[in-house]
Amino acid sequence: MMLSRLKTDLTMAGAARVAGGTRVDLLLVADMVAQGAKVLDVGCGDGELLRLLGERRGIDGRGIELSREGVNECVAKGLAVIQGDADTDLADYPNDAFDYVILSQTLQATRHPRIVLEHMLRIGRHAVVSFPNFGHWKIRLQVGLGGHMPTTDNLPYAWWDTPNIHFCTIKDFRELCRVSGAKIERAVALNAWGAPLRLNVPWWFWNLFGEQGVFLLSRSG
Amino acid sequence: MAELTTARDVTSRSREADEPSDSLLVKFGADKPLKLDAGVELSPFQVAYKTYGALNPERTNAILVCHALTGDQHVASEHPVTKKPGWWETMVGPGKPIDTERYFIICPNVVGACMGTTGPSSTNPKTGKPWGLEHPVITIRDMVRAQAMLLDHLGIDSVFAVAGGSMGGMQVLQWAASYPDRVFAALPIACSTRHSAQNIAFHEVGRQAVMADPEWRGGRYLVEDTNPRRGLAVARMGAHITYLSDAALHRKFGRKLQDRSNPTFSFDADFEVESYLRHQGRSFVERFDANSYLYLTRAMDYFDLAADYGGVVANAFRGTPTRFCVVSFTSDWLFPTSDSRAIVHALNAAGARVSFAEIVTDKGHDAFLLEEPELFAIVRGFLDGAARARGLAVEKR
Repeated sequence: MMLSRLKTDLTMAGAARVAGGTRVDLLLVADMVAQGAKVLDVGCGDGELLRLLGERRGIDGRGIELSREGVNECVAKGLAVIQGDADTDLADYPNDAFDYVILSQTLQATRHPRIVLEHMLRIGRHAVVSFPNFGHWKIRLQVGLGGHMPTTDNLPYAWWDTPNIHFCTIKDFRELCRVSGAKIERAVALNAWGAPLRLNVPWWFWNLFGEQGVFLLSRSG
Repeated sequence: MAELTTARDVTSRSREADEPSDSLLVKFGADKPLKLDAGVELSPFQVAYKTYGALNPERTNAILVCHALTGDQHVASEHPVTKKPGWWETMVGPGKPIDTERYFIICPNVVGACMGTTGPSSTNPKTGKPWGLEHPVITIRDMVRAQAMLLDHLGIDSVFAVAGGSMGGMQVLQWAASYPDRVFAALPIACSTRHSAQNIAFHEVGRQAVMADPEWRGGRYLVEDTNPRRGLAVARMGAHITYLSDAALHRKFGRKLQDRSNPTFSFDADFEVESYLRHQGRSFVERFDANSYLYLTRAMDYFDLAADYGGVVANAFRGTPTRFCVVSFTSDWLFPTSDSRAIVHALNAAGARVSFAEIVTDKGHDAFLLEEPELFAIVRGFLDGAARARGLAVEKR
């Protein structure tokens, strides 16, 4: 392929993968999507999730991606992806156009997370959001004791060149869901090794030990 | 421009319009008139076309290639007049993104043009003389209607894909709007759902250049044995600038002088860019008809897809089964990326399956005709994906 490798891949360079190389968080997202659904993946990168959803769930998938390299790579793979920006282009989509709108590891890079989430819930009957949990104990340790902005395997950027401008914790995200009128249908936290944390633990436990949060949402009421 | 002297004579120009060389020809008689948007019928009329590759037994692998303003049916083989390679040989051919070893390529000359499909330089059967300005005005939709009649004639219910850039892209959009069930995949490149005021303005300058040439004779130059070469060459020179970009012109020519070390203090072609444009004008008039230039620029000017659908482009594609791949180029200021985004916006609003890629290049509008590896990868990937969905065999690479 003549197209350059994706820079965004770096974001998840250290992400846990199962045998075969698929990221665990993507498998978890795929698990939340019904067979044959119509899906919009916002910030679809090089199309790994869309490809996975196509193979495992037989979905009718579309993608939006900010980076031109990512878009061109997706289109060259035969995926239906357009170059666009989650912050500005979701407004163009009609209501209820999709069964699921997915925002995978992108929320923290949007300018207006609340507006993005509200558009997702307008365009899709469900929204799936996965994001790095800024409340994880390692991050708290780096800020609290180390006194510096945290970097981890999943978040390797220095503060001055990070595309991530709106970090939140799992607790913070639940608050966003509340003010945006989103009903939490399912929530999973992944530990540092990408394995889902045991259920039936209190939210504060997830907020401390979950490295990522994956939420399945729907419009309330 | 004293060097603008050589040109094919009047009879050979008329002959190419009536009996195109190295092309297939279908003639539609009085029983099959072409109903034009102008409110009249064109009958009898003919369509000249080329095909490449082979139609599969299921008749599902046809790709219709629509040519741009000054293109023709000779998309992937030597042009019979200029002896130059086909205009899209970078894209269409064996092993190319539009692969003649897998697909059956059909490229018709559009109605109003001058390479064998009925147009102003064709013989009007009622008078036995070239149509000239008595030829009815043509629209993009008329071109597409004629192409649909060609497909009927070939026994092809639906094409695997329709592809084209610029005016060809307008035809692609019109095809998808008019015949959604006959188009599996659509590839509109560097185009728009409507011609902008700026583009109409450029076309008007070109037309006025043609009509200001005394040899144009009110459009009757074929009958009067003249040829408005200078006017048409100036029109082409002006238009050619709009197909490039400031950066590309600077990269290719800068302020370099043509075969001289100092300015001549005259109006000779001192600069390389002048010499290049003069050459473009000169070679264009060798192969193109001045009246066709008027008719085809007019057809583009009139194109406004929304106007036919209550002012909303999305209505043209509501519920469409066609999958789209829209492509634009960063330095194209004739059909800028914002035009392509508007197409994408409408297709999204209509719930269509659409891909959109903008390619970084300094080559301007003409980039779609040039060596652009990223464009080739995108077209190849899009067609491969569509071929899988259509059940056509995709070769492993």
